[in-house]
Amino acid sequence: MAFKLKLTGATAAASLLALSAAQANEPVTLTIVSWGGAYTASQVRAYHEPWMEMNPHVTIINDDGSANALAGLRAQAQAGNVTWDLVDMLPSDAQLACDEGIIMQIDHDAILAAAPDGTPASEDFLPGSLGECFIPQIVYSTVLSFRPDAFPADGQPETIADLFDVENFPGRRALQDRPGTNLEWALYADGVDPDDIYDVLRTPEGVDRAFAKLDTIKDHIIFWTEGAQAPQLLADGEVAFATGYNGRMFDAIEVEGMNAEIIWDGQVVEWDGWVVPADGRNLDAVMDYLYFATDTQRLADQAKFISYGPARASSAALVGDHADLGIDMGPHMPTAPENYFAPIVLDNDFWVDYGDEMRERFANWMLQ
Amino acid sequence: MPLPAYATTKDRIWYYTFRVICYAIFFFLMAPILVMIPLSFNAQPFFTFTSEMLMLRPEGYSLRWYQDFLGSDSWMRSIRNSFMIGIAATILATTLGTLAALGLSRSEMPFKGLVMALLISPMIVPLIISAAGMFFFFSQLNIAQSYLGVVLAHTALGTPFVIITVTATLVGFDHSLTRAAASLGASPSTTFFRITMPLILPGVISGALFAFITSFDEIVIVLFIAGPEQRTIPREMWSGIREDISPTILAVATLMVLISVLLLVTIELLRRRSERLRGLTPG
Amino acid sequence: MAQADAGAAFEDAQTDSSGRLTTADGTPLRAALRRAERRRKVAAFLLVVPLLAFILTFFVFPIAQMMWRSVDNPQVVRALPNTLEALRDWDGRELPGEEVFAALHADFVVDSERPRREQAMGPLGIRLNYELSAARSAISRTARSAPGFEAPYRDAFVSSHRLWGQPELWRIIKREGRPLTASYYVAALDRQYDEDGSVIMRDENRRIYVSLFVRTIMLSVAITFLTFLLGFPIAYYLSILPMRHASLLMICVLLPFWTSLLVRTSAWIVLLQQQGVINSTLVAIGLLDDANRIQMIYNMTGTIIAMTHILLPFMVLPLYSVMRTIPPSYMRAAKSLGATPFTAFRRVYFPQTLPGIGAGGVLVFIISIGYYITPALVGGQSGRMISNEIARHMQQSLNWGLAAALGTMLLVGVLALYWLYNRLVGADSLKLG
Repeated sequence: MAFKLKLTGATAAASLLALSAAQANEPVTLTIVSWGGAYTASQVRAYHEPWMEMNPHVTIINDDGSANALAGLRAQAQAGNVTWDLVDMLPSDAQLACDEGIIMQIDHDAILAAAPDGTPASEDFLPGSLGECFIPQIVYSTVLSFRPDAFPADGQPETIADLFDVENFPGRRALQDRPGTNLEWALYADGVDPDDIYDVLRTPEGVDRAFAKLDTIKDHIIFWTEGAQAPQLLADGEVAFATGYNGRMFDAIEVEGMNAEIIWDGQVVEWDGWVVPADGRNLDAVMDYLYFATDTQRLADQAKFISYGPARASSAALVGDHADLGIDMGPHMPTAPENYFAPIVLDNDFWVDYGDEMRERFANWMLQ
Repeated sequence: MPLPAYATTKDRIWYYTFRVICYAIFFFLMAPILVMIPLSFNAQPFFTFTSEMLMLRPEGYSLRWYQDFLGSDSWMRSIRNSFMIGIAATILATTLGTLAALGLSRSEMPFKGLVMALLISPMIVPLIISAAGMFFFFSQLNIAQSYLGVVLAHTALGTPFVIITVTATLVGFDHSLTRAAASLGASPSTTFFRITMPLILPGVISGALFAFITSFDEIVIVLFIAGPEQRTIPREMWSGIREDISPTILAVATLMVLISVLLLVTIELLRRRSERLRGLTPG
Repeated sequence: MAQADAGAAFEDAQTDSSGRLTTADGTPLRAALRRAERRRKVAAFLLVVPLLAFILTFFVFPIAQMMWRSVDNPQVVRALPNTLEALRDWDGRELPGEEVFAALHADFVVDSERPRREQAMGPLGIRLNYELSAARSAISRTARSAPGFEAPYRDAFVSSHRLWGQPELWRIIKREGRPLTASYYVAALDRQYDEDGSVIMRDENRRIYVSLFVRTIMLSVAITFLTFLLGFPIAYYLSILPMRHASLLMICVLLPFWTSLLVRTSAWIVLLQQQGVINSTLVAIGLLDDANRIQMIYNMTGTIIAMTHILLPFMVLPLYSVMRTIPPSYMRAAKSLGATPFTAFRRVYFPQTLPGIGAGGVLVFIISIGYYITPALVGGQSGRMISNEIARHMQQSLNWGLAAALGTMLLVGVLALYWLYNRLVGADSLKLG
């Protein structure tokens, strides 16, 4: 199998592979850090298992430390003892880690597979998704969902603006207890064009405007913290609206049979992907893994197990049915054309720069 | 204290009200633990008693959550880890703590108050602060994310309990016994193992059990300095509660209560033995 | 052993020519005893040394080191030595002159030649961003292009990022250009520096920590009071029961005490959540409408209920051990002298329980003020405490200096209470089980 890959891969990658093939018999243990739960499970089935089949000398340990990945990376780098080999993290954290020099800079075309039609990786990945040190894997989005039975049949909510309209759409709303997404939606609902949202938020008046809009629904909000809580609140009938990650909502609706619908208007789109800690011990194996796990087919495969969109344009056509449910996953992807009509692409630069300030203000606002 | 025959109506009302209040508080203390146990046998993935359960019909009950738990690699690994780390930390804490308690209980010990306060401090300092400090320091020593790191941290947390229980046993300790042994020609080590040790043993063992349960129950330090390979039972429970609370947690919890009961009984027996040995009648 | 030495010195005592007591080898007895005494001191101390060394190394030192982070401030000094030198005479009002920008350029050039892992600009940007939002991207964006800048540097920098044209960024650079800083404490107290460098309150809508400290203290007071309210009657009841009966009921206190914290916390989640036992029971017996299930968890109520339950044994045990020692004859005497039961209780019994109340109260308060796990699991937003914020800064926002400053403030408070506790009852009188 390794040889097959070498034939199809770019030359630079091929030489790396040859390197790793030379050491193929030495047992290697890779510690791969990810988010745990259903997400890690989808990576295990789409990436780890097929790759380990080709590389029987490698054992993978899954560490679900992604939520605190930056803390771990920094501590390991300061200690000069890097025990993580590959880390799944958000691009904003990746940007900070990259600034600090504790993760490797990535030459995407040199180490990643080209698309089947030969398009180099840097052009195949979705625009804006590649980072200096960041290899995107999936597109996920934060979406608004609602219970259809909470509203009359002829008055179902359709837009983010309806979330802020308690007159016509009464009921409690479950929002995440952090500023991200909430501030964007407040401005969007207040009439700001999705492309201008972050320009407005960079001004003090824009922030005031977002909070003023949030004030209008404040008495109707329940805050959630963990990703699992949002669908739970909807399922229990606690709330009429809930924000949540599209993958979680998909599971709750399609797998658990929850009575809810997703509003794709104003979905806040973000990437998630890999970074490689600097000074890792098993760089050859990591590069071999990355080349394999981020190719067009593998990214498409992950969508069989969880409803997050592949970060490569060339993968979209290959997204098939859910492995266990047999549902066609195409229409459930955030990137499906019928869903991607008014996306707000999360601006990581904004959140890295203003995150602390916004969090303080949001924490203060929640407790007022 | 039974109600005396001459009690007035007011006394009677007060007597019974007071007892009702007390039993209500005892109920408050026990109820969470007692409610959890039957629910861990629920055949349904709910946290409420189903009607089948209330009617005591066998189909309302099942062992599926126990099977879930026993069949899961990560839970099994966490049990192994909890015991390994707990036992290693207990041995270290008991050895260091007993030696220190012997020194501290001597009247000649210099700076006794200060040293005592320092050695007890791991029990007082908020865990989040200990955990933060250890996270940085252990990372520098390359022992974060290792068994050694967790064991050392848990040792530090466990020693105050050993010191407290052993010093408590030594309060009633008759030092003329060791002097007698010494004057009869026993070497210090013979004196220790033949005279001192048997007398303070109950204190040492209950200190060890405290140290063990401290490690066994500890989660904050584990959250900060343990890696994926060192995940303990509380760490697994933490993920379970935060991500998706299923009755498997209750099955684990029920088994943990069982362990607590065993430890509690052991401690109580030891306490009685110690009091008997020291010539104090229990109570 | 030490006792044997002293004994030997004593047995061999003789009298020397001047009539002073001496040992067999002629040493004055006083000196021999003093030496024996010193030897015993050393022997006692030696027994303590291993643990003392262990605790100092693996407990005290790490905490001291963490506290150091709350004032440690190496980033600016390391990244911008030339700039700081050039800023020395700057008055902090207008934008600095061209020579400062030239020095800044020099610093960027020096840094770009360092190996990537040792570059100082990344950490600098992150550090400055704590003081001024967007300072990070000002640094990182400039770092890429700065080595290629040509004079006049001032225009080049200002056009690469707007913040370089704002005196505020320069004031921060100058202020933080020292190896030690107070700014983490300033932030931890919801304060900030103004243009003249004096400390003022933050904008009202960004203040969070002081109110969080206040809430932590209020919650701890409430929990301590509740444990007292619930603990006092049962400790009293246990103390008047015959021993055998009391031991049996004591299990109700000790079993929760010995049960894992996470077990008890999950038990409360099971009981209190909206689909949980209490709500469902109330709905089933018709006391509650299905649509109006009570929110008892993931808020302050949840934290208070669960923590009161968890900490109740810490109140009952010291109270019980004190109450056991109060002879019932005192109350009888008071009553026989004409006191009403209430007066007898208030004037005679209650004052004698004060040491127990003090011990239990301080203990419960100390433990609850630094509590982390239970508020994190059942506290939601309104039940969060200061420890949760420390953990967030440790693990998520990664502002370790601020985490250390908050932690140091919490630690100082707890240690002050511990000192008080020591004065009240003595650390070694803690009773366990």
